[in-house]
Amino acid sequence: MAFIDYYKILGVEKTASEKDIKNAYRKLARKHHPDLNPNDAEANKKFQQLNEANEVLSDPEKRKKYDKYGENWQHGEEYEKHAQQQRSQSGRQQGGFSSGGTQGFDFEGFGDGGEDFSDFFQSMFGGSGRSRSQAKYRGQDYNAELNLSLKDVSETHKQTLTVNNKQIRITIPAGIENGQTIKIAGHGGPGANGGPAGDLYITFTVANDSNFRRSGADLHSTVKLDLYTAVLGGEVTVDTLTGKVKIKVKPETQNGTKVKLKGKGMPVYKKADESGDLYVTYDIQLPTNLTDKQKELFTELSKSE
Amino acid sequence: MATATLISTNDFCTWHQVEYTFIHSLHDAGLVEIRIVDQAEYIPETELQKLEKMIRLHRELDINIAGIEAITHLLERVENMHEEMRSLRNRLRLYGEE
Repeated sequence: MAFIDYYKILGVEKTASEKDIKNAYRKLARKHHPDLNPNDAEANKKFQQLNEANEVLSDPEKRKKYDKYGENWQHGEEYEKHAQQQRSQSGRQQGGFSSGGTQGFDFEGFGDGGEDFSDFFQSMFGGSGRSRSQAKYRGQDYNAELNLSLKDVSETHKQTLTVNNKQIRITIPAGIENGQTIKIAGHGGPGANGGPAGDLYITFTVANDSNFRRSGADLHSTVKLDLYTAVLGGEVTVDTLTGKVKIKVKPETQNGTKVKLKGKGMPVYKKADESGDLYVTYDIQLPTNLTDKQKELFTELSKSE
Repeated sequence: MATATLISTNDFCTWHQVEYTFIHSLHDAGLVEIRIVDQAEYIPETELQKLEKMIRLHRELDINIAGIEAITHLLERVENMHEEMRSLRNRLRLYGEE
């Protein structure tokens, strides 16, 4: 368990006054507050460190203990015993670190009874922080990522996720986009003092494992077409999300021609009966390894122009 | 009007231990919707998350109503820009695959 330099976290000197500490904490808390940095795990972590540092340094009793035993936190327990002896000798009834008098941020909103504090803090000061007001706080929001394939998002499906050892079944609407986030209300961290639970935010990463290129609800693909079908017309089989379809090729089709297959794209998000289109681009392949006869025919053809 | 998805402002203030005046100031600044049904005030459920965030900003960071207003608008802009960026990234991906 590593020693944590709370002064360094708050960017203050060891000689800093209570006011300096309060100001430093407030300034940094405003910068790293989770509400001001949505979906930023780094800011969230930094904010928890700030709370922990503030919890210790803004409490004269804890600060005294930290300053005295901080780097040798293992001796904290001995200090406690000694302090207890002193208290019983003087006949005073004093309980732990409950000095009351809260100011500024209430860290209890970010976990249940100091759950979010480091091992270092818990080892030195125990599991819980100062006793605070009994206001109810909403639990922390959780963020998760889910990887899906293009095929997965082409239809609405249910998926079971395990979040904090709880299984939740979610419905993923067809047509969800890469990078899109959905909120599952009430599946975040538990609230404090009976407050409501936070929400779970799931961000989807849609990997394209197909030959289609996606643009919103539309899909694009390229189909190779032989010269003769392009010139004379005919049929070509193309892949769609729902299987193969045959499409007619007009005579004298030019290279790069785009054909729209209406309704053969991706389903439109949360509009079950609407779908985008599939755009097929023809890539005309010129024949290679021509036989003498073929060369002769092409020569004849060129003279006919 | 149905009140099934409305939360009494009174209950909300008691639950969160906030003053009526704070909620009203947010409402006056156009940051939160308050509905009046049978002369009682209600907060639509859809406003809760936004409102709770504003309470946290006020309580935890000592930010006043004007500050909350500015932050809310900026966060909305950030959110819109993220959305636009996501859409542009996906479009760029399309060209990258070509």
